[in-house]
Amino acid sequence: MTGMNEDPAALLPEIALAVAAVVGLLAGSWLPRRRQWIVRLLATIACAVGIVAAAVAAAGPARTVFGGSYAIDTGLAAGRIVVLAATLLVIALAGTAVSGHRRETEFVVLLVLAALGAVVLAGATDLLLLIAGYLLASVPLYALTAFDADPAGTEAALKYYLIGALFGVVLMLGVAALLAAGGGTDYPTLARTLPDAPPVLVAAGFVGVLGGLLFKAGGAPAQFWVPDVTEGASTPVAAFVTTIPKIGALIAAYRLLDVALPGVAGARLLVAVVAAGTMTLGNLAAFAQTNPRRLLGYSTISQVGYLLLAVAAAGHAALALPGLGYYLAGYAITNIGAFAVLAALPSSTLDGHRGLFGRRPVLALALVVCLLGLVGTPPTAIFVGKLSVFTAAFDAGLLWLVVVAALNTLASLYYYLRWIVPLFRRGDAPHPVAGRWPAAVAVTAAGGSLVLGLAAQPVVRALTAELLR
Amino acid sequence: MLLSLVVFWPLLVGLGVLAVPRLPDRAVRWLWVAASAVDLALVVGIWIGYPGRGIGYETNLRWIPSVGVGYHVGVDGLSLPLLAMTAVLFLACAIYSLRQRTRVRGFAALFLFLETVSLGLFVSLDLILFFVFFDLSIVGMYFVIAGWGHGDRQRSALKFFLYTFLGSLALLLGFIGLYLSGTPHTFDMVALTHAHPLTGLGGTLALLAIGLGLAIKTPTVPFHTWLPPAHTDAPAAGSAILAGVLLKMGTYGFVRIAMPMLPDTWRRYALVAVVVGVVSVVYGALVALAQRDFKRMIAYTSVNHMGYVLLAIGAAGLLGSGAAARSLAVTGAVTQMVSHGLITGALFLLSGVLYERGGTYTMDAYGGLASRTPRFALLTAAAAFASLGLPGFSGFVAEFQVFAGSLGPVPVATAIAVLGILLTAALFLAALRRIFLGGYRAPGGATVSDLTVVEAVAIAPLMLLALLIGVLPRFLLDLIEPAARTAAELVAR
Repeated sequence: MTGMNEDPAALLPEIALAVAAVVGLLAGSWLPRRRQWIVRLLATIACAVGIVAAAVAAAGPARTVFGGSYAIDTGLAAGRIVVLAATLLVIALAGTAVSGHRRETEFVVLLVLAALGAVVLAGATDLLLLIAGYLLASVPLYALTAFDADPAGTEAALKYYLIGALFGVVLMLGVAALLAAGGGTDYPTLARTLPDAPPVLVAAGFVGVLGGLLFKAGGAPAQFWVPDVTEGASTPVAAFVTTIPKIGALIAAYRLLDVALPGVAGARLLVAVVAAGTMTLGNLAAFAQTNPRRLLGYSTISQVGYLLLAVAAAGHAALALPGLGYYLAGYAITNIGAFAVLAALPSSTLDGHRGLFGRRPVLALALVVCLLGLVGTPPTAIFVGKLSVFTAAFDAGLLWLVVVAALNTLASLYYYLRWIVPLFRRGDAPHPVAGRWPAAVAVTAAGGSLVLGLAAQPVVRALTAELLR
Repeated sequence: MLLSLVVFWPLLVGLGVLAVPRLPDRAVRWLWVAASAVDLALVVGIWIGYPGRGIGYETNLRWIPSVGVGYHVGVDGLSLPLLAMTAVLFLACAIYSLRQRTRVRGFAALFLFLETVSLGLFVSLDLILFFVFFDLSIVGMYFVIAGWGHGDRQRSALKFFLYTFLGSLALLLGFIGLYLSGTPHTFDMVALTHAHPLTGLGGTLALLAIGLGLAIKTPTVPFHTWLPPAHTDAPAAGSAILAGVLLKMGTYGFVRIAMPMLPDTWRRYALVAVVVGVVSVVYGALVALAQRDFKRMIAYTSVNHMGYVLLAIGAAGLLGSGAAARSLAVTGAVTQMVSHGLITGALFLLSGVLYERGGTYTMDAYGGLASRTPRFALLTAAAAFASLGLPGFSGFVAEFQVFAGSLGPVPVATAIAVLGILLTAALFLAALRRIFLGGYRAPGGATVSDLTVVEAVAIAPLMLLALLIGVLPRFLLDLIEPAARTAAELVAR
């Protein structure tokens, strides 16, 4: 097997995660319950090592490894760093909830494996590897959703699993169709052969693969599981599920459109329509929510709609890839921040945090920054992210989509304000505070969202590159 | 860099005040006064050093070039008068607040933060920078009202926040429209003014969004409903800043952004601005006339006074007006902003004195105060006459130019607007009669004491400046006129 450019050193972040998962699982089997924090530490170290290794790899030249099935390029670098940093935040967020839990190790290992799956999705340039990434990013999350084995979590996990299995089949059918049409599964081959292939087969294959990725991202028409999982799963898991798989799936969708199917007519239009539908659907459904978890669930759906603007502009605007990567980073930190506040102060109604500003001003401000960040108010990170993807879509000739997205943004302010306004009203319902970790993560994330927004330029510049073809 | 120092100096001092533990309240108050005084001195230095035309003290740094956002600041004849007015008013509020006793540290830090935000907005030459300051001013004022106000302050503050924040998002959408239409995409005001890329339907939509955002902030009828409760429940210094400085952000936005960047569209819809302006003038005056609450009455006169500004900038966009009339109208509009800032700032501080003495703003609770409080009566009367546009005060200079510039293109509207002056005259005279003349009366039979030295030192300079502008306006007009001429040329393109 020569000529496969097998270079394990290029996969250091992935290997670090895999080793942490395996060693963690073994070690966890022998460690007493009160020492299981060692596994958490191990996972933290793996993520930190992965971030450093990814940054080092990003400084080097872009290349493919393992027979052209995995691209070490800007897209992967963005995916790796954002996924690992977000995973770090979620591990910290879960600190209070899982510390000393009898299945602490399993929790951490499943998180790490799902993160690995998301990274693989971001780097895959071969449809078979994409399937592997899809499964790896999905299966651990089914288990995590039902981790507490309570009725709500079990029901959510079942729904998640069934829809996931369905879209897994759709994905594989799509891969099969593309294989039949293009005579290969690696993207360079597909890019060469698909323009001359039977259009119906190509269209069916593209729709299937996109459908699978939309399930992972939580976009329409595969979004049904999102609100149930955010409501039924524990808060750290909800934060993870609505953040990390999206990162991998959206970069994978971008790569698919930009590298594998650049010449396929109608693909961009389909993504644009899906984007418009996703953001509108998420926003409309969010209007009526009274539970903050479900509200955040629908809000993440609408965010996927905005993120898909960059995918629709793939290859036709200079800002598409930097916009996507930057928006993902901003979204990850902001979304986790909002969930962290919920973890610190669980509430099942939007009114449950009434008067929070009077008693916990810092936490209340963190929530305000995160929610206004999700709207896209300057100077938070998502503002620059939204502006970048809007610009990219405009430059790609999708003015109508920009208008739809702008109107959706304006409308979204309404339901975020429904949560913000009671914070500043008078109220004295007692608030349980679950440990220090969630509050610390919330404040860190809110601060990070502001810092990332103010210091956007270095990040955007680092992301300004082309995907490897 | 001097300009950036002027802008961020109050914020630095504010952070310092918060950072030093166990600073005595007395020290905080004096530190606040000193910081504002230094800032005013720096602004005066900038005024003296300003070359007279074009953009002075310009700094243009790259911030997020990939989305066309820069740190671009500078002053010209439109922004420098407002910058100076802002510095003066904040110093007056700092001195006035020397009597502040509750949570002094937070109050001082918040006002220093607001000073940075307000100064920053007027020197911004980048739309995103402008927008960030615009939004932060809303946040800062929310906390001033909610934290240090009285009455139903939470509710008023929230209403103020929701209303103006929603308006700011509309503004942002308009800015993004301007940004996307330019090649290359940019938020730089100078470049956008030069290129004025947006016309037709896009221009109409952008002007609609920007106009809506600015109209809510100004506020004009029918978007003024947040203003009376916010003013009624805000602390006196907060009201002075809200009316004196924050409202100008709306009108300044019209002159700086809406007119020169969307000239075609502005000319097409200038009549809308005229009509909204005249309606604001008459409606604001009529509602003010019906008020029993002194502070609420002043709040409504702000709607009236901002109406003149809208009338002027609308008239400047109409085809009927010649170059000289356009320029005159814009000069009048800017002068009116400065004048209103000084006079209404003084009036709100005076209403704070009244509330502090009697615990109510209801005018009928007082009577015959002139005999016991001559200094208070003198200053209030001076401010009231200045506000109604008596010759000799700055309001007359401003309104005269507004009417002279508008009479040609929109004679009927101008004639109706002049009626507004009669109404304001009537309502101020009635208010003065109620509070100061007749038999002595005070809430609960309390003895109302005259202005203290500190209060007089805070308020009297505002009136002296209004008098100076009224008697010797050239020093101000020489600064505004070249910039107004440029603005008039830009809108006539």
